[in-house]
Amino acid sequence: MAIRTTLAGAGAGLLFGGGLALSGMMDPGRVIGFLDIARLVGDGVWDPTLGFVMLGALLVTLPGFAVLRRQAVPAFAAKFEWPTRRDIDARLVAGALMFGVGWGLVGFCPGPALAALSSGLGPVALFAGAMLVGMLLFRLSVWSTR
Amino acid sequence: MTPMSDWAAGLIGGAMIGLAALMVMALLGRIAGISGIVGTVIDRLTRKPTHGTGGAADGAADGAADGFGWRVTFLVGLVVGPLIFAAARGGEAVPIRLDVGWPLLIIGGLLVGFGTRLGAGCTSGHGVCGLARLSPRSLAATAIFFGAALVTVFVTRHLFGWGG
Repeated sequence: MAIRTTLAGAGAGLLFGGGLALSGMMDPGRVIGFLDIARLVGDGVWDPTLGFVMLGALLVTLPGFAVLRRQAVPAFAAKFEWPTRRDIDARLVAGALMFGVGWGLVGFCPGPALAALSSGLGPVALFAGAMLVGMLLFRLSVWSTR
Repeated sequence: MTPMSDWAAGLIGGAMIGLAALMVMALLGRIAGISGIVGTVIDRLTRKPTHGTGGAADGAADGAADGFGWRVTFLVGLVVGPLIFAAARGGEAVPIRLDVGWPLLIIGGLLVGFGTRLGAGCTSGHGVCGLARLSPRSLAATAIFFGAALVTVFVTRHLFGWGG
């Protein structure tokens, strides 16, 4: 196994996890604070942080991907695997709907849920475990192509 | 360490996430979507052997070829990163507030896991990476999952009175 790809994965994962921790997005309370738009009216306090996190990420990836698009090959792999599909099919819509409902119920999406396993909290492990079971159920379903 | 304002921490933390996504593409040629990375590891672990003797040596060779190794170390880094962050600010743990009971944790987890695989992406793959590629699929998916989450929070927390 190539050591450089292994290290590249570890480095990117550390940066991703550190960014989630610094931004506050590992805390479902902060995420719900953004998604709960009823707090924009009345006496609640709406939390705009998730918007700043998306903005900070896109300010890096938007120009960064534009530059990488013009490169021939990645440093440690044979080729760039840019997604090519542009169609909006029923699976995309149904999957995004299911994901959005689950995200809204709890306040965890996949990255923060896994990063929050670092807390050692039982409820986090329960959510993350159910998420992995959900992925496994998809893999065993008729919709999996693998 | 001086406390940083929430919006500045969000911007810098977001930029770190964006930089991680750039690293994965620039070095490994892949989209840094968490659901895709975890899902690929799960698919790989549950794949039926189709050739070779199916021994450990075959597994190791396949692992290097299909990018199993970097995905596993990425996920380890994802969990260790917050621990380093907490240590860097004097051992103060990152706050995590979950205010729903176990039935909703399980239902939510199943929906997030199944849905992100069916819809081929989550907040990172469709949100951070897909929007930056100006992908119509990712724009649609991001609008749908944000919309569904907003409606879900409103219905469950304000109409049903769950959580909080």
